[in-house]
Amino acid sequence: MTALVERVRDVRRVPTRFLPVIVTFALFVLMFAGGGLRYDSFASGQVLLNLLIDNAFLVVLAVGMTFVILTGGIDLSVGSVVALSTMVAAALLRAGWPPVVVMLAVLAGGALFGLAMGAVIHYLEIQPFIVTLAGMFLARGLCYVIDLQSISIEDPLFRTIAQTAVPLGEELFLSPAALVALAVVAVAVYVLHMTRFGRTVYAVGGNQQSAMLMGLRVAQARVGVYVISGACSALAGLLFTFYMLSGYSLHAVGMELDAIAAVVIGGTLLTGGSGFVLGSVLGVLVLGTIQTILSFEGTLSSWWSRIVIGLLLLVFVVMQRVLARRGAAR
Amino acid sequence: MAGSRPLVEMTGISVAFGPVQALEGVDLRLYPGEVHALMGENGAGKSTLIKALTGVHPVDAGQITVQGEPVAFSGPAAAQAAGISTVYQEVNLCPNLSVAENLLLGREPRRAGRIDWRGARRRATEVLGRLHLDLDPSSPLDAHPIAQQQLVAIARAVEVDSRVLVLDEPTSSLDASEVEELFRVVRGLRDDGVAILFVSHFIEQVYEISDRMTVLRNGSRVGEYRTAEISRVQLVSAMVGRELEVLERLDRAPAAPADETESPVLRAVGIGRKGAVEPVDLVVRPGEVVGLAGLLGSGRTELARLLFGADRADHGEIAVDGRVVRIRNPRTAIDAGIAFSSEDRKAGGVVGDLTVRDNIVLAMQASRGWMRRIPGRKQDELARRWIELLDIRPADPDALLRNLSGGNQQKVLLARWLITQPRLLILDEPTRGIDVGAKAQIQALVAEQAGQGTAVVFISAELDEVVRLSDRVLVLRDRKPVAELAGEDVDMDRVMGLIATGGEAGA
Repeated sequence: MTALVERVRDVRRVPTRFLPVIVTFALFVLMFAGGGLRYDSFASGQVLLNLLIDNAFLVVLAVGMTFVILTGGIDLSVGSVVALSTMVAAALLRAGWPPVVVMLAVLAGGALFGLAMGAVIHYLEIQPFIVTLAGMFLARGLCYVIDLQSISIEDPLFRTIAQTAVPLGEELFLSPAALVALAVVAVAVYVLHMTRFGRTVYAVGGNQQSAMLMGLRVAQARVGVYVISGACSALAGLLFTFYMLSGYSLHAVGMELDAIAAVVIGGTLLTGGSGFVLGSVLGVLVLGTIQTILSFEGTLSSWWSRIVIGLLLLVFVVMQRVLARRGAAR
Repeated sequence: MAGSRPLVEMTGISVAFGPVQALEGVDLRLYPGEVHALMGENGAGKSTLIKALTGVHPVDAGQITVQGEPVAFSGPAAAQAAGISTVYQEVNLCPNLSVAENLLLGREPRRAGRIDWRGARRRATEVLGRLHLDLDPSSPLDAHPIAQQQLVAIARAVEVDSRVLVLDEPTSSLDASEVEELFRVVRGLRDDGVAILFVSHFIEQVYEISDRMTVLRNGSRVGEYRTAEISRVQLVSAMVGRELEVLERLDRAPAAPADETESPVLRAVGIGRKGAVEPVDLVVRPGEVVGLAGLLGSGRTELARLLFGADRADHGEIAVDGRVVRIRNPRTAIDAGIAFSSEDRKAGGVVGDLTVRDNIVLAMQASRGWMRRIPGRKQDELARRWIELLDIRPADPDALLRNLSGGNQQKVLLARWLITQPRLLILDEPTRGIDVGAKAQIQALVAEQAGQGTAVVFISAELDEVVRLSDRVLVLRDRKPVAELAGEDVDMDRVMGLIATGGEAGA
């Protein structure tokens, strides 16, 4: 009898964990269908793929941000690290470095930047908000040290990657950047759900004190997520470079907030311990759909997308609160 | 049932924190297949001893052996590797993860570097089965009540073939049937040959589950007893100590407890809260000191918190000066003229980073409202007067409170409440952890306040102190009031007998 009650409770509980992601998915489908009804040629496969192509860098950023937020932290530096990565890549290419070495150097730099922030956060016990805020100013400032002007990229490899279209059947294509983003998502899902490191990330977000008493590698997880976020930011910077074919100090201003918004809309709790990478991807797609609808509409100012995102965020945070209350009341 | 030779033997353990000697030459022996209870009041050194065993605190002197081999653990992880696991009072698990994950976190079975989820579920089912727990391993932990989570914590502890299991107050938030469930599991483990160290404040539980007990008092071992051979009265007497003979009765005119006509300052009828304390009636008249006696966890602090609104009572009625008041939170209590000096000075009272003066005027300022600042000169005057009156040292209103000794911090806290001239003063362990001189001063102060007509509720772990100061004593046991003593009946033996047996004849 009690076993039966447990079962019934289970059936009701499983959706609670996945509910935010399911809601986000429903919202995405709804918005996309709405767009398709309102505009001809909206509901095509390529428009869907374009969402990925245009937001590949944001997907990668959101994946890194998901790791950080799952531990209960935050990373405000990601937008600036994207800008710094575009600048470093453009400057090194201008200096004649081989493109592959440039890419590796940028990735390593981002990871190191994250490592430094993570170490300060964990070992000196300083709020992630403040440390990454400092990181944000630092990275943005370093951009101006490299060059005040925009640096355009002439490197043939970068240009080739930027212009390549990977065909998917008839008339559909993806960019290499979008494929990279999808690969990052797959690796992230594997790491979070199939490795001890990933489970420790969730455990730390659930209760850091307990995780420590259980003998888990809390330091590794807490510092590690910032390394991952830093590396993801650098990778997003490279993808952004393919997209813009220039390095510029004012690239990606405020992009950290888009990434955080995508993660939250994707159903990850800001307090940590609960959420999914796939939710964050859906969050990015929702943000992208809003942009696409506005561009189809044509007459609306782009500020409307900010207003819609603001409202969505509010709705989602309130929804999480309500779900958490219901869960606690049970 | 006891093995011939102890599994764990601690001999002559001493631990000091700065100048404070927390443990002095304590011995403890744990036998396989035996539940060993560790008993003692607040500050007796129980948790320090556990932490010395599990490697949280290094020992200054003494030796720990496990199966005859001397050991020195660097921390809980090392102790666990040697087969000593600890389950704490708060459930130290991750509520957001599944039962199976909580059992296996950090030691999940892996195949080719990735977690083998099917193997993990199988292992979890096995462990739960060993303890006869009917839980779905894939259900999230927070879907289960706290008692079940506690059992999961125990299951996790024994998952690694623990030979020694330390249970630090595992029952304090459980109800009777949940305790039964826990004990069933504990007995099962005992019969499997695990040595169990059990810490609890509930005397009946200790008698039900333990085979042997060690009693600590003030950092020293009073003795080791077989549970079957020590009576409840002997146990309580060992725990609270008997220093009655050396301390004189405080020189104060007995108040007039017979004056039933005087309207009480406080009249609480059937006040209680589920899981904290069962319904209690309490009347305190002006100038009267009413003591609450009982062991830690008996409901004495819980009752005080209800009276002050720190926790909200779920039934009962409180009247102050004959007027029924609804105490919803500390603010309404303060407005009704109730002051509460909390048991935990650091968490519930003093502000270490403010000066002595600021701390003294804090409550008064609060009652005036923040817009009407007390003038600087008035603040100085108040601070100086109370520093002199209570002999606070150093006598410097600008000293930071955290630099004062515990006793002086307590005096500052008292000054803060006395300044507001409360009708009812509730003191929860005002003399805990302070030196003898300051203790006597605070006791005298309590008597003096009562002499001036303040009604006082006095709580202390030290029974002789309660007995000496109080006109009447309400005895609590296992969260229930068991008796109220007045006048001549207030004496050490009687109070101790009531605490030990709950007033039933014999024992």
